[in-house]
Amino acid sequence: MSHAYELVVSGVGAPRPRRTLEATSPRRGEKVVQASLAACAVLSVLVTTAIVVSLLTPTIGFFREVSIVEFLTSTTWAPAFARPSFGVWPIVVGTLMVVFFALIVAIPIGLACAVYLSEYASRRVRGVVKPVLEVLEGIPTVATGLFAFFFLTPLAKQILPFLPWQGPFSIGVAGVAVGLLIVPLVSSVSDDAMRSVPAGLREGAYALGANKLRVTTRVVFPAAISGVVAAVVLGTSRAIGETMVVLIAAGAGNPNLSFDPTKGIQTMTAYIGGRATGDIAMGTIVYDTIFAVGTLLFIMTLSMNMLAIRLVRRFREVYE
Amino acid sequence: MTDAAYPVRTERTRLAVAGARATTRSIVGDSERSGRFGNLLFVAMLLLGVGTALVALSAIIVWAYVTGRPLLSTDLLTNYPSTVNPRAAGYRPAILGTVYVISGVVALIVPLGVGAAVYLEEYADGTKWWNRLIELNIQNLAGVPSIVFGILGLAFIVRGPISLGFVAAAGSLTLALLVLPTVILASREAIRAVPSSIRHGSLALGATQWQTVSRQVLPAALPGILTGVILAVARAIGEAAPLLLVGAVTFVTFDPRFFDGGYSVLPVQIFQYAGRPQEDFRILAAAGVLVLLLVLLVINATAIWLRHRYEREW
Repeated sequence: MSHAYELVVSGVGAPRPRRTLEATSPRRGEKVVQASLAACAVLSVLVTTAIVVSLLTPTIGFFREVSIVEFLTSTTWAPAFARPSFGVWPIVVGTLMVVFFALIVAIPIGLACAVYLSEYASRRVRGVVKPVLEVLEGIPTVATGLFAFFFLTPLAKQILPFLPWQGPFSIGVAGVAVGLLIVPLVSSVSDDAMRSVPAGLREGAYALGANKLRVTTRVVFPAAISGVVAAVVLGTSRAIGETMVVLIAAGAGNPNLSFDPTKGIQTMTAYIGGRATGDIAMGTIVYDTIFAVGTLLFIMTLSMNMLAIRLVRRFREVYE
Repeated sequence: MTDAAYPVRTERTRLAVAGARATTRSIVGDSERSGRFGNLLFVAMLLLGVGTALVALSAIIVWAYVTGRPLLSTDLLTNYPSTVNPRAAGYRPAILGTVYVISGVVALIVPLGVGAAVYLEEYADGTKWWNRLIELNIQNLAGVPSIVFGILGLAFIVRGPISLGFVAAAGSLTLALLVLPTVILASREAIRAVPSSIRHGSLALGATQWQTVSRQVLPAALPGILTGVILAVARAIGEAAPLLLVGAVTFVTFDPRFFDGGYSVLPVQIFQYAGRPQEDFRILAAAGVLVLLLVLLVINATAIWLRHRYEREW
C-alpha cells in the first residue's frame, strides 16, 4: 500500500521525505518513569532484605553467647534472671496453644461461612454477609484483645466454673479470640477457592442425580481442597504472628512450660511485645533475645506462607 | 445470572437432573426423605457458623458501647492522659499522634504502592526471574507478622542506618512498610481489571506507554486503587504491635511533633490504659475502643461504598 502511495505522490510532485515509524525523539522521560516505577517495586525486595539483616545480625551475636542447642532444647525461659536460661520451648508452646484454640474456632466457623457464601447464599444475602465479614476483619486487634480480657474470660469462668482458673489471664480464651479474628481470612480464601470450581463439575453431579448436600460435600469441597488448605495455613500463620490479643488476654509474664489453657502463658509475640514496652538496654543479651525469638517467628510464618502460596498456585493451575 | 450465585442451572440441566432422579429412584427406591433431612441439618450447621461470626462481631461493638459509654464525651478527645485520675483523662496526644503517623503513611504508600503495582502490571516482563522474585517477595511480605515489622523499625529506622529515634516519623515509616504489600496487591488487581483494548487503543493513537498508563489506565483503575489505599489506612490506624517497638509506648502529656519528641497513638494508648489496675481506666480503655471502632467503621463503609458505586463491568 504505502509503496503504491509513494509512487503516486512522486508522480505528482517533488518526493516527500519518508516518515519512519520510529519515535521522533529519544523519549528519555519514558525511561526515567520506567526506572522510578521499577525502583518502587524493587523497594519491596529491599524491605525483605532489611528484615532479614535486622533479624539475623543480633541473632548471630546472640548465638555466640548462648548455644543454639540450649535455645532449642532447654525448657526454661528466663532471659532476664540473675541466672539466665534461654530455652525457647515455653513460649513456643504458648504460641502453639494459641494456634490450636484459634483453629478449633476458625476452621468450622470459617468453612461454614465459605460454603454458605459460595454454594447456598443468594446474591443479595452474599452482598450483605461478605462486607460484614470484611468489617470483622478490620476490627483492630486491641479491641478484640480487650473484648477477650474483659468479656470473654469472665464469661468462660461463669460457663466453666469447674476448671482451675488462675488469675485474669487465659491462653485458651486468647486463642479463641484469635480464632474469631482469623475467621474472615479463612472464609474469604476458601470462598474464593470454592467459587472458582467450574460450574460444569456441579452440573455434571446434578445430572447424575446428586442433591445439593452431595454436590457441595463430595464434588465442590474436594475440588477446592488445596485452596481450603491454603486458607487454613494462612490462618495459622496469622495466629502465630498475632500479638495484641495474646499480650492483653494471655499476659506477658509467666513463661513456664505448661499446657493448661486456663492459665496465662507467654507466647513468642507477647514476649517480644512485652520486652519492648519494658526498659532494656541496647547491646545486652536480653535485648538480643527479641531478635532471636523474632527470627524463629519469621521462619515459622515464612514457611507457612510459602506453603500457602504454592497451594493456591497449584489450585489456579488446575482450574484457570 | 440466576438468583443463587451457583450453580447456574440451565433448562437442560434441570431436565437431566429430573430424569436421573426418577431413574435412580425407580431402581434404588425413594431416598428423598433422609436426603432432605441431611440437607436441612447441613444448612442449619452452615447458618450456625455464619451466625456465630456475626454475633461475635456485634458482641465486640456492643461490649465497647456498653462499657465505654459513661466516659464518651468531647473531653475524652480533648483531655490529656493522666495516671491518677481516669475521669479527667483523655486521648488528645494519642489522637494527634495517630493523625501524624497516618498522614505520613498515606504520603508514603500512595506513590510507592501504586508505582510498584504499575511497574509489575504494565512494564514488567513476567517471564523474567527478577520480576517473579519481586512478585513472590510481595506476596510473602503481606504475610509477615506485624511485630516483625516492629523489629525492623527498631533496628533500621529508630536505630541503625536511618536513626530517626523514637519519633512519629519512625512510626509512620514502619507502618507504611507494613501495609505497602496490601496496597500493591489491591492496586495490581484494579489495574489488571482494566481491559487491554483500552491500552491498545491508546497506543494505536500514538500515545507513549506512560501517557497510556497515566491518562487511560490509572484513571480507570482509580476507584479500585483508592479502595485498597483506604483499607490499608484502616489497618494502619488499628495497628498497635509494631508501634510498641518503635516508641509509641511513651507516656505523652503534650502535643506530639512529627520529627522529635515522644508520641503515642490511639490503639497503644488504649492498651496502656487497659493495663492499669483501677476499674475506671478499664472504662476509659473501652471508651477509646469505641472511638477507634467508630472511626474504622466509617472508613470501612466508605471503602465498601466506593467499590460498590464505581464497580463497573467492561
